[in-house]
Amino acid sequence: MENAKGKVLKYGDNVDTDVIIPARYLNSSDPAELALHCMEDIDKDFSKRMNKGDIIVATKNFGCGSSREHAPISIKASGISCVIAETFARIFYRNAINIGLPIIECADAAREIEDGDEVEIDFNTGIITDITKGTSYQGQAFPEFMQKLIAAGGLVNYINENN
Amino acid sequence: MGMTMTQKILARAAGLDSVKAGDLIMAKLDLVLGNDITSPVAIHEIEKMKVEGVFDKDKIALVPDHFVPNKDIKSAEHCKCVREFARRNEITNYFEVGEMGIEHALLPEKGLTVPGDVIIGADSHTCTYGALGAFSTGVGSTDMAAGMATGQAWFKVPSAIKFNLTGQFSKDVSGKDLILHIIGMIGVDGALYKSMEFTGPGVASLSMDDRFTVANMAIEAGGKNGIFPVDDKTVEYLKEHATREYHVFEADADAEYDQVIDIDLSELKPTISFPHLPENTHTIDQIHAEGDVKIDQVVIGSCTNGRISDMRIAAEVLKGRHIAKGIRAIVLPATQAVYMQCLEEGLLKIFIESGCVVSTPTCGPCLGGYMGVMAAGERCVSTTNRNFVGRMGHVDSEVYLASPAVAAASAIKGYIACPADL
Repeated sequence: MENAKGKVLKYGDNVDTDVIIPARYLNSSDPAELALHCMEDIDKDFSKRMNKGDIIVATKNFGCGSSREHAPISIKASGISCVIAETFARIFYRNAINIGLPIIECADAAREIEDGDEVEIDFNTGIITDITKGTSYQGQAFPEFMQKLIAAGGLVNYINENN
Repeated sequence: MGMTMTQKILARAAGLDSVKAGDLIMAKLDLVLGNDITSPVAIHEIEKMKVEGVFDKDKIALVPDHFVPNKDIKSAEHCKCVREFARRNEITNYFEVGEMGIEHALLPEKGLTVPGDVIIGADSHTCTYGALGAFSTGVGSTDMAAGMATGQAWFKVPSAIKFNLTGQFSKDVSGKDLILHIIGMIGVDGALYKSMEFTGPGVASLSMDDRFTVANMAIEAGGKNGIFPVDDKTVEYLKEHATREYHVFEADADAEYDQVIDIDLSELKPTISFPHLPENTHTIDQIHAEGDVKIDQVVIGSCTNGRISDMRIAAEVLKGRHIAKGIRAIVLPATQAVYMQCLEEGLLKIFIESGCVVSTPTCGPCLGGYMGVMAAGERCVSTTNRNFVGRMGHVDSEVYLASPAVAAASAIKGYIACPADL
């Protein structure tokens, strides 16, 4: 996988899938349309202040609540290159891997990196570098099984390759 | 080392003698579930897979329940997509408007979820079926698609927290107060990736409907699943509902738990979660001491609290009384069968005479879809399961989670109250 590099948009604990993509937009499943409303209820300027390749950093339990896959889909379709968090809610974690949205758990990075920092992530080593601050962190590597899923480009491709 | 109840169910489904926390396994599925929000995404994914149809047309349940009867044109297109997929693949358990109900109330009622099952559903409250001694957990649409195609899903075997229940509820306290109390104690990520196993002598006193409510909200503590042992009450329920054979599992005596939490049910009080997290709990005594919390709307229903016991509790409080002026109260029996039973028992009359509106089964208001969306600055006491920012409408509206008894009493008073305040 290629490195992710971009400016950080920083959030706190328990960012739930209702604020990532409010249910009033769930009458659509079109990624481009969902992207227009991504993070709208937690950060109404999200779509204005983000650029393609930017990185979301949040603290505990990112993606809690509803199982809606529309949440990681809207983040990926917005052009976010990676989400770093202290922990992820389990359904969001599965969904992100299944649709090929890169995510990485790293408690220190999640706490210390600030909004607006320039950050780079090397997915092969799991190393997260805060270019602005000149610090680096070791993120948690994926188990081998998940690496295979990611390498295949998500669960659908993995199943197609293994059937 | 012994296994927890959940680990035993997963070991069987994976064809293994034993599993331990952290193992990655591939398990056979007994049921794959989806609704009108999540299924269209899954159907789109399954069409990209090189597979012929679905793994078993009898082991898939499709329940349009969120935005039905269709709330707008886009929702109608989603429902049409699900309906046509069900027809094309001859899905046995597709439930049309008129037959349907809120998925997690409907499937146990139809006997489609039984002890020992491994169930995935593209809805986070799929964990409800743990009340019957099944392993069931919420997933996303791609997992649902893979489950429908292959009949299998991968899981990381969870460790567990054991909740040892003793005593019995006092008056006006129910399963909702128990689960809100637990979430308040351990937090919204207190059981992250883990099983929540409910056990102990107190379990016997919990009705099946209370157990459904408790297991339903395991996800609100971050849990992978919530599970109850199978006892006489479960067997009685299954006699009436189950459509197939089932397998009863018990946790080993030497099973290892990350944590054991003792709860005396008799000490619990009516408990309410304040905005904007389910862990932000206050007991009714604390609320009274802090001053009245005035409200605009009450919702009684949902996959958490829309079953017949919930309707009976609400009706008992509302009978012979009228809701406060200016309050809107919306009652949603969770399935057609619950609705019919409300009709036969005279509960609908009580609801309407007290000033409530009674809706067809739908998830609508719980997630701010329709049938009770809130404006800026409005407050709702709701028997639903989430009170996140904007959950029931405007980002500046507020949701207070409570039991049916508290919700009904609050509708009468116009501020948060319990039946003892009437």
